[in-house]
Amino acid sequence: MGKPSRRQFLKLIGATGAALMVGRGGASASEEHQVNNDTLGMLYDATKCVGCKACMSACKRVNSDYGSLSYEKATFDSDGLWDAPEDLSGSTRTLIKLFKESDKEWSYVKYSCMHCQKPSCVSVCPVSAMTRDKITGIVDYNKNTCIGCRYCQVACAFNIPKFQWEKAIPQIVKCDLCKNTNMVRKGITACAETCPVGAIMFGKRKDLLDEAKKRLAENPGRYVNHIYGEKELGGTNHLYLSAMPFKKLGLPVLKHEAPAEFSEKIQHTIYKGFIAPVALYSTLCFIAVKNMKKGRASEDEEQALKNSEQKKTETEHGEDVE
Amino acid sequence: MSHDEYQTYRAKILTPSFVVLLVLTLIGFALIAVRFIKGIGAVSNMNDGYPWGIWITYDVATGTAIACGGYAMAILIYIRNRMHYHPMIRSAILTSMFGYGLAGFSVMVDVGRPWNAYNFFIPSKWQANSAMFEVAVCVMAYTTVLLLEFLPTVLTALEKTQWKTLQLLLDMVYSRMGMERPERIGDRLDKVKDLAAWLKPRLDKVLIFIIVLGITLPTMHQSSLGSLLLIASTKLHPLWYTGFLPLLFLINCMFIGYSIAILESVISCYAFKRPFETRELSGIARIIPWLTIIWLSVVIGDLAWRGQLAAAVSFDFYSRFFLLEFCLVAGGSLLMFSGKKRESIRWLFVSAALIVLGGALYRFNVYLIGFNPGKGWHYFPALAELLITVGIVAFEILGYQVIVKILPVLPKLHTRQQLDAEKA
Repeated sequence: MGKPSRRQFLKLIGATGAALMVGRGGASASEEHQVNNDTLGMLYDATKCVGCKACMSACKRVNSDYGSLSYEKATFDSDGLWDAPEDLSGSTRTLIKLFKESDKEWSYVKYSCMHCQKPSCVSVCPVSAMTRDKITGIVDYNKNTCIGCRYCQVACAFNIPKFQWEKAIPQIVKCDLCKNTNMVRKGITACAETCPVGAIMFGKRKDLLDEAKKRLAENPGRYVNHIYGEKELGGTNHLYLSAMPFKKLGLPVLKHEAPAEFSEKIQHTIYKGFIAPVALYSTLCFIAVKNMKKGRASEDEEQALKNSEQKKTETEHGEDVE
Repeated sequence: MSHDEYQTYRAKILTPSFVVLLVLTLIGFALIAVRFIKGIGAVSNMNDGYPWGIWITYDVATGTAIACGGYAMAILIYIRNRMHYHPMIRSAILTSMFGYGLAGFSVMVDVGRPWNAYNFFIPSKWQANSAMFEVAVCVMAYTTVLLLEFLPTVLTALEKTQWKTLQLLLDMVYSRMGMERPERIGDRLDKVKDLAAWLKPRLDKVLIFIIVLGITLPTMHQSSLGSLLLIASTKLHPLWYTGFLPLLFLINCMFIGYSIAILESVISCYAFKRPFETRELSGIARIIPWLTIIWLSVVIGDLAWRGQLAAAVSFDFYSRFFLLEFCLVAGGSLLMFSGKKRESIRWLFVSAALIVLGGALYRFNVYLIGFNPGKGWHYFPALAELLITVGIVAFEILGYQVIVKILPVLPKLHTRQQLDAEKA
């Protein structure tokens, strides 16, 4: 093994490692991403919710054509009169669940897209089918661009995007704040419009935060003293208030840093200005061409010696190829 | 870099293994048809918690690593200037070509809306933040590069062909139809030959730049295959979730690449009853332990730094898989450190197999076993899902078997014996 070439080889590995180390260091030193509180969102107050599921049926009624949602039959309902989704799915964008700890302690909870300030699904989508509107903050999905790779599902810490597994022409299904349906016609989401007890409040993030803080201050002891979504994963536009610990309602305990910040930092460090790949390519070209020339030179010498010998063998061997 | 270091392996194409592989391939492709007619759910157990199943984990993430033989051998030959391995490059490139081509094909089976894939070519849709975008573009580019790298083999064959089989076939067709064979067919065939002869020296001149591109691209996307999981900080188990994922995946594909080159050579020499290439293989085997040592040290160092060493030896579900992966790679490398074992084909085979298994298990751990989307989600591949993967792998082996029998891919025997004699 020649020493110089092994050194070059190790350098190659070392360079990649160094790039990654820089990426790690850079992640903490970089500027924080900006939270835009003028964007739209919803505040769900679990203590107000009565579990009537009117929001669920309104959502499906309004969005079924645009979002290609269908009614989900239950096994107990042989006549098929009941829309009974078990969970968020390829046909259901929002869902009410009941968490019951004891006869006295229970809470409803509503699931739908959290509309993150720095959404993982948007960060990972390879063809920009997932987008976040800069002005409204709505995380939207475009089925006409989507290739169906389902990376958004892998990325989402809340497991929100759902895929239509049973369809030959499937798509991703998730809440888009009725962007193309109820919002156009009435300027409000269907679920917030329908809720009979005001458990879902629709508005700008800053107003929702103010309202949530007000409720926490005015009703000591009624809530867990935490606005879920204010800081989680860099902030979400769907906010929660609850009397029960959020973890019990299926809302995971999460860090304040958005996962996309970290992954993008590493990806950007490696591919900054495409310098590293170009540098790698040119270095490798340089080495390879040099090696080839070296090889040719020694080959030529041998060739000169063998030339006469080869002429004889050529006639004997012929070619193996058809 | 002469083209006469290779020869066509002359043997019957219709062997029993051909039939078995063909049947498996047909079953796989029939199930793929079902998937396109009835949807992914009809053949697969994938679900909203585990949106990536065996197709992405094996066919793409692991399959491309196993297809890194061409990449690893190209580094060895062209960058580290070990020209005496050159006779082994064509079979390595051929397997890489099948591995990558079929990984791309699997992706098209796996994605839900493949007809939208043209968006990868529309700049306004590009999404540089996405590791998936980088992987997709690189894999497409690399598959093209592999085709170009393999082109000289086809051209050499075309240049020298007498069109014997085709002539026979044409004669048969025309005699059946009771007609004379028109002259112009022969002229056209000659034109193809001329074109091949014209193209070959021109391609040879730029080939080195294509080959180097074929080294750069896997370096990029193999690391990005690791980056893909960087976003899943809440789902991937801490034993595997680390900022070093890209680096670990890169080194991992290199040692898998060299090990698979050894396995491939041993298996094909055994199957085609050719003498084993012991000298070359033990040379390759000397490199592997160095790579695995770097890899294992990064793994251990990173675990120690993140305070996960205790979790690694806790012997719970995750820890067991981690230890298994670790021991397979470490065990194989220990065997390869011994100079005596490296001279034995049997030990070479065993140690390379251990390393490939361990390296592949690492990728399974990251993509599937260590991936936990939360309570209530389970995944184990369905039979139909597995059969599709089996069908694709069978097609890969089938293609290799057939192509080495019609094109000059395998190293020419007398040149190798000459080489051995020169060295001795």
